[in-house]
Amino acid sequence: MKIGIEHYLILSAILFCVGLFGVIARRNLLIILMGVELMLNAGNLALVAFSRFNGNLDGQLMVFFTITVAAAEVAVGLALIVSIYRWFKATGSDDLTFMKL
Amino acid sequence: MDEQLQILPFIIVFLPAVSAVFQTLFTLKEGGISAGIATGAVWISFLCSVVLAFIIYTGNIPGYNYSITWLTAGNLKLEIGYQLDDLTLLMLLVVTFVSGLIHIYSIGYMRGDAAEGRYFAGLNFFTTAMLGIVLSNNFVMLFIFWELVGLSSYLLIGHWFERPAAANAAKKAFITNRLGDFGFILGIILVWGFIGSVRFDEISAKISRNPEIFGVYGTVAGLLIFCGAVGKSAQFPLHVWLPDAMEGPTPVSALIHAATMVAAGVYMLCRVFFIFTAKAAVPASLAMLAVSPLTVIAWIGAITALLSAIIAIQQNDIKRILAYSTLSQLGYMVMAVGLSGPSPAMFHLITHAFFKALLFLCAGSVIIALHHNQDIWTMGGLKSKMPITFITFLIALLAICGIPPFSGFYSKDSIIALAQHKSTALFVIAIIVAFLTALYMSRLLVVVFFGKNRSHHSATSKESAYVMTIPLIILAIMSIIAGFIGIDDKLNSIFGIAVKEGEKLNLFYPFSHAPLAAWLGLGVSVLGIVSAFLLYSSKDKDPITERLGIIATTMRNKFYFDEIYDGIIELTHDALSKASDFIDRWIVSGFVIKGIHGTVEICGRALRLVQTGNIQTYVFILSAGAAVLIYYLIRH
Repeated sequence: MKIGIEHYLILSAILFCVGLFGVIARRNLLIILMGVELMLNAGNLALVAFSRFNGNLDGQLMVFFTITVAAAEVAVGLALIVSIYRWFKATGSDDLTFMKL
Repeated sequence: MDEQLQILPFIIVFLPAVSAVFQTLFTLKEGGISAGIATGAVWISFLCSVVLAFIIYTGNIPGYNYSITWLTAGNLKLEIGYQLDDLTLLMLLVVTFVSGLIHIYSIGYMRGDAAEGRYFAGLNFFTTAMLGIVLSNNFVMLFIFWELVGLSSYLLIGHWFERPAAANAAKKAFITNRLGDFGFILGIILVWGFIGSVRFDEISAKISRNPEIFGVYGTVAGLLIFCGAVGKSAQFPLHVWLPDAMEGPTPVSALIHAATMVAAGVYMLCRVFFIFTAKAAVPASLAMLAVSPLTVIAWIGAITALLSAIIAIQQNDIKRILAYSTLSQLGYMVMAVGLSGPSPAMFHLITHAFFKALLFLCAGSVIIALHHNQDIWTMGGLKSKMPITFITFLIALLAICGIPPFSGFYSKDSIIALAQHKSTALFVIAIIVAFLTALYMSRLLVVVFFGKNRSHHSATSKESAYVMTIPLIILAIMSIIAGFIGIDDKLNSIFGIAVKEGEKLNLFYPFSHAPLAAWLGLGVSVLGIVSAFLLYSSKDKDPITERLGIIATTMRNKFYFDEIYDGIIELTHDALSKASDFIDRWIVSGFVIKGIHGTVEICGRALRLVQTGNIQTYVFILSAGAAVLIYYLIRH
């Protein structure tokens, strides 16, 4: 069986959906953050696949940026979660509805 | 010569205005200085009028018209201008003279008033407005000064505005006048529409060339112009403001409501008398509708004269009696205009200006002596206490009753003779009114000056100061001589009536000219005076009131005109306010405002449910939306 771009994209889509499911369905903020990471990496996978099959390096270049930004995001995100935990003594998303008026 | 003619009228008119502005800006708190400036300004105006009259008579200038174009809009050309003919000059002299005397009198009467400065500024402002009316040579300028007269009378009637009665009287005078002025300005527009000019001389020329120039609107034009005079000269049915206007200071009543403002209406009618000579061009089938406006005017005047004379008999306030007698005399003048006699009307206006101003000033003198008490049944026996006031009052009374050789006899006789000539019904009314006039005026005299003192104040009263009695004496002299010094000849020549032959001093002219009118008028006047003495001498209260019962009550309550008007206004006012309340409550507020607000609120409440605050819900909705969008994009 020849591995084509479809396989990569389907894998990427599955990863994305798993990440999205994690973000939507799980209550724990840490898991949500992990879901977000998963979604980002699904995007990275798709970009790398496009780069490979198109024969240029633009996609890979983009992935480097994404990884950098993701790292920063994790740093800030984890800091926020720690801060929220200290402030509200809660890490469940259900408890954090104070954005509602 | 020409420069003088051009500049003098402007000085006459605007000097009091400048003085009023000066007082308002600088001397409002300085009563004495204001009084001096105001009086000086008016007397300078009088001197200028005398000089002007002298120039005109010696130079033998027939009529001088001078206009400055003010603005031009399309084919409407508005001018500020004056015309100097005998009628104008006569009125100028009378107005500035009477106004000047009243200014002097006011110095005494208003001494110590809290707002003396405002009072004199108002008096000057009023004089300017009145002189503007007199000098105007076109309708628009006349109307402007006409409204200024209304405004300044508002200010003066409401001088003691802390008293609700005075404030209401001022409002009533102004609003009632506006009612008449509304018709007046419609009339002016109508005249301009048909003739294309607002200048008196041009309108007059066009009407004399073609009396049917107004087409079917001939009568309407005359009646609309007359509306203005109905308001300003307080004719039935707009007469209600004048008696209430007595809330103002007494010299104001003398100036505005006896000698000048109410005279403005009659003067205007005489000035534009040519309007009433226009004929209505109605088809023959509607000929009975072609009433001459003059017929209406004559009857309105007669009704006013009769009605107010009847009311005057049962009034007890000294100023109100005089107010109703003013109404009655104005009715005479308007009736004379209606009988195509502008000359008798003007004659009576001028003599009336003297003796009515005198009556009011005497009343003011009495009121001051009695510490602002105005009920005649608390007076009495003032004859010996206030000799000058008594004698001058007596002269004015004989003048208004029409006893020769006092001025009122000649002018009233000319009107009665005119009525005898033109219409029997009006002649009878004129005679009845002459009787009633003598009756209620003598009632006033008997109750106030004869008999015994009815109160402490009347027992301790004393004569007023010279500053008040000297104007009384001067006016008394004028009230005696104004009848036979030839004012009527002058007026007759102005209005193109043949000047009578015979002696220069026309002392006995009426008896030879129209003996029936003269003797009858004199007879009923004497009858009125005698019956007043018989009825009222040494009585403590009105003997008629009990005998006439309900009729007397009706008369005392002025035939309930105020109540009727109040009722009518209340009804229409209520209906209008109910209708506008419905529109406001149900359509504006209910449908438009509440509708918009309700829709927005319901949408808002629905959308609020979406805002859970839970981040995961937002993400879910976002992704669902993205999914739908992607699906949609792929499908198409």
